[in-house]
Amino acid sequence: MLRALIGGIRLVGHLTINAVWRLGSATRFMGLVFVRSGLSFRRFQLTIDELQFAGVLSLIIIIVSGLFVGLVLGLQGYETLKRYGSAEAVGTLVALALVRELGPVVAALLFASRAGSAMTAELGIMKSTEQLSAMEIMAVDPFARVISPMFWGGFFSMPLLAAIFSVMGIFGGYLITVVIIGVDSGAFWSQMQSNVDFRGDIVNGVIKSIVFGAAVTSIALFEGYDAPPTAEGVSHAVTRTVVTSALAVLALDFVLTAFMFTGV
Amino acid sequence: MRQFLYPNFSVQSDNLVEFSRVDFSYDRRPILQAVDMAFPRGKVIAIMGGSGTGKTTLLRLIGGQLKPARGEVLVDSVPVHTRSHAELYAMRRKMGMLFQFGALFTDLSVFDNVAFPLREHTRLPESMIRDLVLMKLHAVGLRGAQALKPAELSGGMARRVALARAIALDPMLVMYDEPFTGLDPISVGIIGNLIRRLNDVLGATSIVVTHDVQESMKIVDYVYFLSGGRVVAQGTPQQVVATSEPFVHQFVHGEADGPVPFHYGAPAYGEDLGIRG
Repeated sequence: MLRALIGGIRLVGHLTINAVWRLGSATRFMGLVFVRSGLSFRRFQLTIDELQFAGVLSLIIIIVSGLFVGLVLGLQGYETLKRYGSAEAVGTLVALALVRELGPVVAALLFASRAGSAMTAELGIMKSTEQLSAMEIMAVDPFARVISPMFWGGFFSMPLLAAIFSVMGIFGGYLITVVIIGVDSGAFWSQMQSNVDFRGDIVNGVIKSIVFGAAVTSIALFEGYDAPPTAEGVSHAVTRTVVTSALAVLALDFVLTAFMFTGV
Repeated sequence: MRQFLYPNFSVQSDNLVEFSRVDFSYDRRPILQAVDMAFPRGKVIAIMGGSGTGKTTLLRLIGGQLKPARGEVLVDSVPVHTRSHAELYAMRRKMGMLFQFGALFTDLSVFDNVAFPLREHTRLPESMIRDLVLMKLHAVGLRGAQALKPAELSGGMARRVALARAIALDPMLVMYDEPFTGLDPISVGIIGNLIRRLNDVLGATSIVVTHDVQESMKIVDYVYFLSGGRVVAQGTPQQVVATSEPFVHQFVHGEADGPVPFHYGAPAYGEDLGIRG
């Protein structure tokens, strides 16, 4: 009994120390990413390459998912609003749902599973095959040359991807409600225009996507850099990137929403 | 007076690298204990020892990727761990290292791999970089493989490309981490010859971490034997082959049992099998 109790306390202590330790090394890691960021901007081509990797290559999944989310939103929104005789408001519903919440959140979740996992795997494999070590010995700082450009590539692409997701979603909503069901096109757009506020809705959505982009990219890079240099270590790190990013995005979304939209 | 004329070139010591009473441990596991070594300029020196005896750690200490717990590692007469970040990187520019499996950048072609240090550290025009890269690739016999990707190379070829990359900036010190591991006998011979030849042509100093006795005895000037984190023997290849020191004898002649026991520490065999008496 006593032994089990001591074992339990010891386990909690061990997990706490581990968590604090990892938090500390993650903070130090991000500190280095920022401090060594100069090269990412002096040689902007490095960042552009990462933008291509994280952003452009994620476009297909973002566009297709955005379209389908918009189609479903339009359909469900229309079915519900029709009962109250305000089917024209479906444009507002689709736009607000996408710009405030679904755009940033779903795009960030897709970004984590498409680009975040790839970043973790790339960095983890570079580490386990000693490519990062080789760079250090060649007097090329891996933080400046590889990791910081990856961070800024992810950081810049996330808001753009979220915006594209929202646009595609609105287009999907338009397709299903206006083109197929036959809601009045003028009402669809004008209601949307009058009810979506630039500062309150769009800017807040963009701020969310920036925060999510920074969070997902940081998690992905740290997990890759911190991965044990084995096949198993890298695969676990990729899994942790996707899971931790998803949880972080959802938790951050709640906090940001509470501040932005409810006046808490 | 000479020092004044050549302020960047130290002439105080004939040793390019020196270890003085160096201790190092991972977590609390001691890896190196009171290691003293000297690596004179222009020589090819081997560090030998079984797996897990801290050989690669030595190279990481020289490159400043690890810091000694006690003692100091001097490169060009300056302790490595007291150098600032910028000084450390300046020192590394004069070093080349061949990693055990090459550590080539998998997303770059052979040409771009060798050009990498040149492009990062110099502002040479692309035409000159091309000439330099082709010269380095020619030196390792792989000028014809310049367009290939690392995944298309055999183990021996990858090692040679990595060697071309390591010497791209004409380093004063080249470090080799297990350069012969996993290669066929022809490739082993090629790499061995290259190590010796490039060292003499570049006027560099080479440190070869290896457990390949046959090949390294042919090419090195001096050997250090490491066991249990200590230097247990040293000498020229001739002295080493002739020695009666039990550890070196076991190592050089590849005997299964000796000072390095065949059996990992265990209770008595009979006791483990439950047989008494």
